[in-house]
Amino acid sequence: MAEVILEKVVKAYGKTEVIHGISTAIADGEFIVIVGPSGCGKSTVLRMIAGLEKISGGIIRIDGREVNNLEPKDRDIAMVFQNYALYPHMTVFNNMAYGLKLRKFTKDEIKHRVDQAAQLLQLDGLLERKPRQLSGGQRQRVAMGRCIVREPKVFLFDEPLSNLDAKLRVQMRLELRKLHERLKVTSIYVTHDQVEAMTLGDRLIVINEGAAEQIGSPLELYEKPATKFVAGFIGSPSMNFIEARLSRDGQSANIQGDVRLALSDDGAPDFGDRKVIIGIRPEHFNISESNPQAIPLSVDHIEILGADTMVYGRFADTPDLITIRLPDIHHFKSEKVLPLSVAPDKIHIFNKDTGARI
Amino acid sequence: MVENRPITTFCSHAVLICGIAIVVFPIWITFVAASHDAVRMTQTPLPLLPGDQFFVNLKDTFIKGVGNAREQSVGLMLMNSLIMAMMIAVGKIFISLLSAFAIVYFRFPFRMGFFWMIFVTLMLPVEVRILPTFEVVANLGMLNNYWGLSIPLIASATATFMFRQVFLTVPDELLEAARIDGAGPMRFFKDILVPVSRTNIAALFVILFIYGWNQYLWPLLITTDKNMYTIVMGIKQMLEAAEESPEWHLIMMTTLLAMLPPVAVVVGMQKLFIKGLTETEK
Ligand SMILES: Nc1ncnc2c1ncn2[C@@H]1O[C@H](COP(=O)(O)OP(=O)(O)OP(=O)(O)O)[C@@H](O)[C@H]1O
Ligand SMILES: [Mg+2]
Repeated sequence: MAEVILEKVVKAYGKTEVIHGISTAIADGEFIVIVGPSGCGKSTVLRMIAGLEKISGGIIRIDGREVNNLEPKDRDIAMVFQNYALYPHMTVFNNMAYGLKLRKFTKDEIKHRVDQAAQLLQLDGLLERKPRQLSGGQRQRVAMGRCIVREPKVFLFDEPLSNLDAKLRVQMRLELRKLHERLKVTSIYVTHDQVEAMTLGDRLIVINEGAAEQIGSPLELYEKPATKFVAGFIGSPSMNFIEARLSRDGQSANIQGDVRLALSDDGAPDFGDRKVIIGIRPEHFNISESNPQAIPLSVDHIEILGADTMVYGRFADTPDLITIRLPDIHHFKSEKVLPLSVAPDKIHIFNKDTGARI
Repeated sequence: MVENRPITTFCSHAVLICGIAIVVFPIWITFVAASHDAVRMTQTPLPLLPGDQFFVNLKDTFIKGVGNAREQSVGLMLMNSLIMAMMIAVGKIFISLLSAFAIVYFRFPFRMGFFWMIFVTLMLPVEVRILPTFEVVANLGMLNNYWGLSIPLIASATATFMFRQVFLTVPDELLEAARIDGAGPMRFFKDILVPVSRTNIAALFVILFIYGWNQYLWPLLITTDKNMYTIVMGIKQMLEAAEESPEWHLIMMTTLLAMLPPVAVVVGMQKLFIKGLTETEK
């Protein structure tokens, strides 16, 4: 167990820089999730920590020791790959034991550790099988087992659940979390699935185009996204963004014409009378028939999901469809006008030029 | 397209049977000839049904020996061929595995240069470079021994190419997992790469064994010692029996014997062989 520290880590392939200086400190025993859209550099960050990819600048420390120039095997890490990378010709037992054999553990010790891991992962009866005789979920567990037996300081996961079907993914997600609670090994987990990120991580690192946009707990990211990108990435369906002009005192926002939104007490007076982006999550709209301040939404179409109803519509004539999520089942005809209100503290304001939170 | 009309089934079977007949007929004739005595084989018409001398001939070839003065032992020739074919097949596979490993997994200076140098040897089989190769082998004192028989045939690129293709299909993650597990390059080669390619190795072994077994020109050139004769060139020598008519029954018996080891290798490794040529999943 150990803490992992990244200091201004940079990665460039030839002249193209793909990671632009990421810094973070991951505490001992923490479960950190790296999220971001495809191609943003998540895997690259993880592989640099693993030592599979040379770093072009900055420092990586594991347990206080600088590991920039250490081989993967000397970093005391273990990694689960997206396609598991099990050795196809070895039995499950040998797959798990291989790393221990190379580290010259005694036969008894190897057997002890593999048996223990197999029990923990419910692989008991499968130790003599070859990987191709296993189901996807079982293979995934073997890959986990291969890491556990080594008792490394850090676990690294690169989208380990993305090859599983939806149901199994939910189950394995839970198992992973439980496993982490038992073993308490520092874990770094890469995914582009934000539900996985929200449920697994103690903290998340949101990466966009090779730079860390925000680092924080799942709730922090949900409630106080630091940038428009994070706001749009976290939460499903994603946040609605509406262009608006702040009133002179910064206490309300004009969406179009007369449509006004009251902002929370402190408002944003510094940006008074400027154009900004307003962000509101679909689940934060309420229908309030009696409210004279309500903003009218004209319904375009609805999707009834059972537990929720998704309403798509427009304020006045905003160009983009606004998504609204209402609990329960509603039948609205299109063209119907709904009076909506939003609690002021659920409204996010972003700088129109930089995307930073105001 | 799969069709099930009786006429197509009939036609395809007819074609297959014709093909098999064309392949099998000479072998049948060989077998028939090997089972008659010397006198019958000089009379026309030549027999089409087996005679009763098969085991007598078999005993004669092995115990009395063949050739002009009965001085060549079929057993020894078979052994020579076997050793040569084995050395060629194993040597080629070993060298090609290593060179393909180097080309695929290491970034060394002039890597592509070496790759193309190996490639060029494809255009230079032994038959093309036979004189200089003979000179080299002679200078190294390798005439009339197994090294001289096999080493010049070992150097060629086909197997290197095949293993290069095979290694390129091995997922990178396997290498990375092995690196994290603590395997160095040679460990990875021995513990993972070779076992993962074992069906391909088996397929190549079959092909190379037969290639080695069937070598004719090169052994003919560098062996003058009768103890080093291989079976294929031995058969040719028996045909040239000066001033006597060739002993067809013994020649055919020897030919039959010469066919057995390749058949045994193919049959024995059939399963792996077919897997190696068709399987792509790693
Ligand atoms: N060997 C390489 N040479 C050049 N560019 C590379 C190389 N490997 C990756 N990249 C680039 O680095 C960027 C980050 O890649 P990376 O694999 O880390 O993305 P990712 O966030 O893991 O995406 P995904 O979710 O699709 O796995 C990509 O834009 C990719 O094109
Ligand atoms: Mg990736």
